[in-house]
Amino acid sequence: MKKAAYSFPEEVLEHVFSFIISDKDRSSISLVCKSWYEIERWCRRKVFVGNCYAVSPPILIKRFPELRSVTLKGKPHFADFNLVPEGWGGFACPWIRAMAGAYPWLEEIRLKRMVVSDESLEIIAKSFRNFKVLVLSSCEGFTTEGLAAIAANCRNLRELDLRESEVEDLSGRWLSDFPDSYTSLESLNISCLGNEVNLLALERLVSRCPNLKTLRLNRAVPLDRLPNLLRGAPQLAELGTGAYTSEMRPDVFSNLAEAFAGCKQLKTLSGFWDVLPSYLPAVYPICSQLISLNLSYATVQSPELIKLVSLCEKLQKLWVLDYIEDDGLEVLAASCKDLRELRVFPSDPFGLEPNVALTEQGLVSVSEGCPKLQSVLYFCRQMSNAALNTIARNRPNLTRFRLCIIEPRSPDYLTLQPLDDGFGAIVEHCKDLRRLSLSGLLTDRVFEYIGTYGKKLEMLSVAFAGDSDLGLHHVLSGCDNLRKLEIRDCPFGDKALLANAAKLETMRSLWMSSCSVSFGACKVLGQKMPRLNVEVMDESGPPDSRPESSPVEKLYVYRTVAGPRLDMPGFVWTMDDDSALRIS
Amino acid sequence: MATSASAYENDIKNLKATELTLGLPGTHLQQNVPIIDQEKSSASSSSNKRPLQLSHEETSPAQDCGSKCSNIAKNTDDDAAPPPSKAKIVGWPPIRSYRKNSLQEQSEAAGGIYVKVSMDGAPYLRKIDLKIYGGYPQLLKALENMFKLTIGEYSEKEGYKGSDYAPTYEDKDGDWMLVGDVPWDMFVTSCKRLRIMKGSEARGLGCAV
Repeated sequence: MKKAAYSFPEEVLEHVFSFIISDKDRSSISLVCKSWYEIERWCRRKVFVGNCYAVSPPILIKRFPELRSVTLKGKPHFADFNLVPEGWGGFACPWIRAMAGAYPWLEEIRLKRMVVSDESLEIIAKSFRNFKVLVLSSCEGFTTEGLAAIAANCRNLRELDLRESEVEDLSGRWLSDFPDSYTSLESLNISCLGNEVNLLALERLVSRCPNLKTLRLNRAVPLDRLPNLLRGAPQLAELGTGAYTSEMRPDVFSNLAEAFAGCKQLKTLSGFWDVLPSYLPAVYPICSQLISLNLSYATVQSPELIKLVSLCEKLQKLWVLDYIEDDGLEVLAASCKDLRELRVFPSDPFGLEPNVALTEQGLVSVSEGCPKLQSVLYFCRQMSNAALNTIARNRPNLTRFRLCIIEPRSPDYLTLQPLDDGFGAIVEHCKDLRRLSLSGLLTDRVFEYIGTYGKKLEMLSVAFAGDSDLGLHHVLSGCDNLRKLEIRDCPFGDKALLANAAKLETMRSLWMSSCSVSFGACKVLGQKMPRLNVEVMDESGPPDSRPESSPVEKLYVYRTVAGPRLDMPGFVWTMDDDSALRIS
Repeated sequence: MATSASAYENDIKNLKATELTLGLPGTHLQQNVPIIDQEKSSASSSSNKRPLQLSHEETSPAQDCGSKCSNIAKNTDDDAAPPPSKAKIVGWPPIRSYRKNSLQEQSEAAGGIYVKVSMDGAPYLRKIDLKIYGGYPQLLKALENMFKLTIGEYSEKEGYKGSDYAPTYEDKDGDWMLVGDVPWDMFVTSCKRLRIMKGSEARGLGCAV
């Protein structure tokens, strides 16, 4: 009977494995037996590394010698909100160098929150002959010179996506470095660039690439150039406009409207900086085909905003500013029955008073009217347990729920009670909830709910909440699927952390800043858990210059098979078992 | 575990005793509402103006909001203290910097003339860009839509007759004027903020001082 297992030739297994794409499944295959591990690793083509410090380039290359696609993530999520100081890490260079040597046939590199230099981009441009996809998401450290190298050398490039990266924009000339013979562009996202690109070069590029499906322009592309671009790419499926304003002229308007109407495949719209409301009707003809609309830069108010949204009956994803207000969300709920994702951003996040009539009611309306709503990000200034309860009962199918009540520690505005019960209702009813962000006044009780009900929760973000270590303990001991936990300004300390040390090895990472974790506890954790990197960040000096009981500024703990990292800046210390304190 | 909530409530109650409020006695919430500075009517220097007579207590308490209203520390002295400024918390609210920058840039780049609009009884302060309106009719229409009310027609003699509401504005000199008194262009450059008055003072407007 044993023989049967070995009677499949490798090639057959490889062929079978080629149908297994998900990382989790691939991982499972590799655990079946040694020979499957071997076969699988040779035919793995795509790898996702959620934390670039969890593994090292040599380890990756040794295990997977034939990769075509690599995705890496660097800095912790809270880096998005300036909580991670400059120079912390996430450097792409060592990875790019190593891959340049090991994977000459590499086709795709996707990086998120990493520091990428022009040098790295030049290496990519020169090392991979069949390079097709470069996605730099929320990255920084490079200039348009690096982009020029990519444009000039990557003959087979399909996708260049710089979403939300910080690029030093030296000149728009780089776009002209795509040779005239280059026609394979399918997706271009330059929305983050500050300066004007060479518009003629852009127009020519767009019109000679017949497979261009995604074009996201930057703000500097004037509206009156948009019609030409659209005419050059009538097959476009996703468009990000530039500035959406121009001197109001009927001929410009009709030109624009005509050009939009010609894009029969257009499904996604974004951009819309500097909107002049009278130009919005130019997109009306295609509203009924839109499934995704990002108006989160559009400082346009009702009624134009509401009118636009109400025409998009097929809408699945809407990102918008709180100018939409409760009234607009009610219209959304009535018009867009296919809505899956809603994000409402604040137009005046630092204002002390509300500047728009957007309250919890808007979200309640959408939860009532949109049966497919799964993903919510909502900034508002008041919330109640009753509203959260209603939302939870209306939408048990929620998978992502991120609520930000702008004033920290705001209680239920009706009862003055903490919002424990409301969020408790969310985790209790939304059984498939994978991501949750909390805000408002919260005690340890909300964490008890989360630990009890949040069994599928993978990512939890907490700020200004809880009373004691018990809160943290509930989460770490109860949430079976927790992968990422990020906490700021909560009174969580040593006890819960040390009691749940083993849990941390089952997670990708834990971030705690401005909490009550002592330096001594960090040392203990680092010594106890060799497979965790316990990194303490303190910009006020070495933590051992203060008593062991003093709380650390920031703590970042992550599991790794690569040992302590060697590229830490002066304000990061690793707690490992070699020496309690090693300064890199 | 319940102690923090009750401690919090105690703090609120203690604060309440020392605060001057807009709300009715007994209404107490953390909710922010617009801080409407109360300024004395200043002696008008220009003879063209018809400044409105304002007293400190004449703003109708925000009854309509009921429990939605909150206490605000209010200063009714001559030197009205600026609203309490908050130390900005790093990384809060959690918004990416490029978003924040973009919003800021847009309000600056547009060269808009943003003024706050408050309405008696409404808990929300609005901001509008005066530049986008061509003249008084459009502005009034927008205000009517925004606050769901009728303002009516302006007449130089009688103000906004036939309406419970009167749109007023504070000009550069700190005087409260009736919207419509001065030519549109002059209004746009001199208007610091708008306030839609309600009730008796609204009906009383329009009489020359």
